[in-house]
Amino acid sequence: MRHIISVILEDEAGALSRVAGLFTQRGFNIESLTVAQTNDPTLSRMTIVSSGSERVLEQIVKQLNKLIEVVKVSDLTSQDHVERELMLAKISSTMKEGVDLKELVEIFGCKVVDVKDKIYTIEVSGKTKKINAFLDAIEPSNIIEISRTGVTGISRGKKLI
Amino acid sequence: MELNGAEILIDCLQKEGVDHVFGYPGGAVLHIYDAIEAQDKITHVLVRHEQGAAHGADGYARASGKPGVVLVTSGPGITNAVTGIATAHMDSIPMVVISGQVPSPLIGMDAFQEVDATGITRSCVKHNFLVRDISEIASTVKKAFHIATTGRPGPVVIDIPKDITIEKMEQEEYPESIEIRSYKPTTKPSNRQIRKAAELILKSKKPIIYAGGGCVIGNASEKLREFTRMLEFPITQTLMGLGAYPMTDKQSLGMLGMHGTYEANMAMHGSDCVVAIGARFDDRITGNLEKFCPTAKFIHIDIDPSQISKNVVADIPIVGQTKQVLKALIDELEDKNYENISKWWKQIEDWRKVDSLAYSKSPGVIKPQSVIEALYEVTEGKAIVTSDVGQHQMWAAQYYPFDEPRQWINSGGLGTMGFGLPAAMGAKLAMPEKDIACVTGEGSIQMMLQELSTMLQYDTPVKIINLNNGYLGMVRQWQEFFYEKRYAMSYMDALPDFIKLSESYGHMGIKIEKEEDLKPALIEAFSQKDRTVFLDILTDPSENVFPMIPAGGAHCDMLLAGRDEMVSKDETDFNAV
Ligand SMILES: Cc1ncc(C[n+]2csc(CCOP(=O)(O)OP(=O)(O)O)c2C)c(N)n1
Ligand SMILES: [Mg+2]
Repeated sequence: MRHIISVILEDEAGALSRVAGLFTQRGFNIESLTVAQTNDPTLSRMTIVSSGSERVLEQIVKQLNKLIEVVKVSDLTSQDHVERELMLAKISSTMKEGVDLKELVEIFGCKVVDVKDKIYTIEVSGKTKKINAFLDAIEPSNIIEISRTGVTGISRGKKLI
Repeated sequence: MELNGAEILIDCLQKEGVDHVFGYPGGAVLHIYDAIEAQDKITHVLVRHEQGAAHGADGYARASGKPGVVLVTSGPGITNAVTGIATAHMDSIPMVVISGQVPSPLIGMDAFQEVDATGITRSCVKHNFLVRDISEIASTVKKAFHIATTGRPGPVVIDIPKDITIEKMEQEEYPESIEIRSYKPTTKPSNRQIRKAAELILKSKKPIIYAGGGCVIGNASEKLREFTRMLEFPITQTLMGLGAYPMTDKQSLGMLGMHGTYEANMAMHGSDCVVAIGARFDDRITGNLEKFCPTAKFIHIDIDPSQISKNVVADIPIVGQTKQVLKALIDELEDKNYENISKWWKQIEDWRKVDSLAYSKSPGVIKPQSVIEALYEVTEGKAIVTSDVGQHQMWAAQYYPFDEPRQWINSGGLGTMGFGLPAAMGAKLAMPEKDIACVTGEGSIQMMLQELSTMLQYDTPVKIINLNNGYLGMVRQWQEFFYEKRYAMSYMDALPDFIKLSESYGHMGIKIEKEEDLKPALIEAFSQKDRTVFLDILTDPSENVFPMIPAGGAHCDMLLAGRDEMVSKDETDFNAV
């Protein structure tokens, strides 16, 4: 099953490679990993999307907790949470017949943020599913390149990580 | 007072109470060596190879319970130490390793003797640091010792660029204690879990205590004795736990696992309640996980939550220090009525009668098992025994019943050949009053022979018991059983004359070829209180380690010595042998 794991860790050089190293060392899989500073500049927050059985997930959480620089680990999947991913996609303007890029942008509630050489850069954000759906709606040959951030997530309401 | 970084570092080590540092100099640590030379509180042991430094510090730590300290230079210095660091990591040994690094401005430039020390060691340390500023030295040392010695102990590497060791700053007070917000190991167990465990223990009819290295490292031996005797439960110990409970005691079933005793493995297989204490269900213990302890419920006590339910799902997990958890369990179980387990004991006694450690002697050859038995006799069971890795290691574990924790020192997790000799040296430095025996093989000993020279310089007399079977015996045994006797590269031709070799290092050597010379030679060796004696004992090259659970087998599938067929029982038929 797919899990979203939030990790609060010391904002120190080497902390990221410790987490990444742990995943390869123990054969855990990573679908995506995002990391940036939090509102406390001494801490970073990492969001990891991984999949595996409950046993594997339990190990991932425990092994992450064991890293000295990790302050807190939480599996968001089991909680009420919000998740988002952002994609920048460069789409060629010559679209499939009957498909209007502007219409698509409207349907998916995304934004055209740039155009150059008849290539549009579109910003799409939302759940991973929505981003995939957007890509599915476009002829693959029209997709010039994409860059995705990977998922970030947060729990709802008063509950903190 | 203004001190340079090197002086601050040494001052910190002194304040940590370090009395021995095992190390080897080089460019990146010359300032540190200069600071060592200027003081006399810390003895620096100049090894002959950095792996020897790490194993030496490791042996020192295992024998004393104090953290071992290593000092090596950048590049090849730290890479040579990696095997020793990984060895300590696998067995949760507290150790602080200081490695020199090229000067800060050169980091990343492929400078002379530069390696990414924190990168290389990342996966085999508990934690590591790269010091970036002189003002961080003291707090980093404090953190390193704190992390290495608390929770589940382990090695910590501090990598210090050379420029930082010569920079100067006003000396600051060394912190008494340190808070690390992201590191707070649990010590005390949850009361609820203790109560649940007690309930299960009280109900069990076929209980067994399975004690591991965590009982030794966690200094829980005394509580383990109290607990085991109070409940009158049978107890088996892992290779790393030997001695935590006296092995000569009637409740002790000996070691379990791949080369464990028949009674220990059968009792595990038949148990309805396994109390695992500071043990981690390693694959050498469990054998085939699917067939492991088919009828048992598991209480799993460990300080490291990630060990619990990793290999075997625990019914009652308890996170905490082994000592604290045992104390809580004793308090909870005192004055309670336990199930009568005399039927279980009777069953165990029957298994014991199989006498799975029996071996047959043959005239003209020395059986390795009898060497260990003679060693036990001559040292009255009181020596600290270190070992290398191979058949000799298993025989030492099987035939020298350890009664005290920290008496048995071996590389269990990583299985590092070459560990035994430097570990013996470290143990002798930690425990100068004790007799130290290093049980080794002609293969293993050649991996760290150079430390014989260090041992002369620092006057660390140990007795080397070389079970010389002319083979990489453990490899040969597997090839005999599982590769139709194709002995690929397990025979070593052109062995050195170990007697001349030890004499050339300034030690004594005795060659033993006949059984009747064995005991007198051992007596002679141990009477040489202040000399290292190398006993080169020619043992039966064809001897195998039994009992043995072949890979993939269950605990009830054991090969026993002198019996052609596997003693394989299914769960319903354990009584018959
Ligand atoms: C550094 C290292 N290399 C290889 C091995 C694999 N290995 C395990 S036991 C063994 C043979 C050891 O031979 P010896 O020291 O003569 O002991 P014996 O088994 O003959 O008693 C080998 C090669 C190891 N454990 N460690
Ligand atoms: Mg051998």
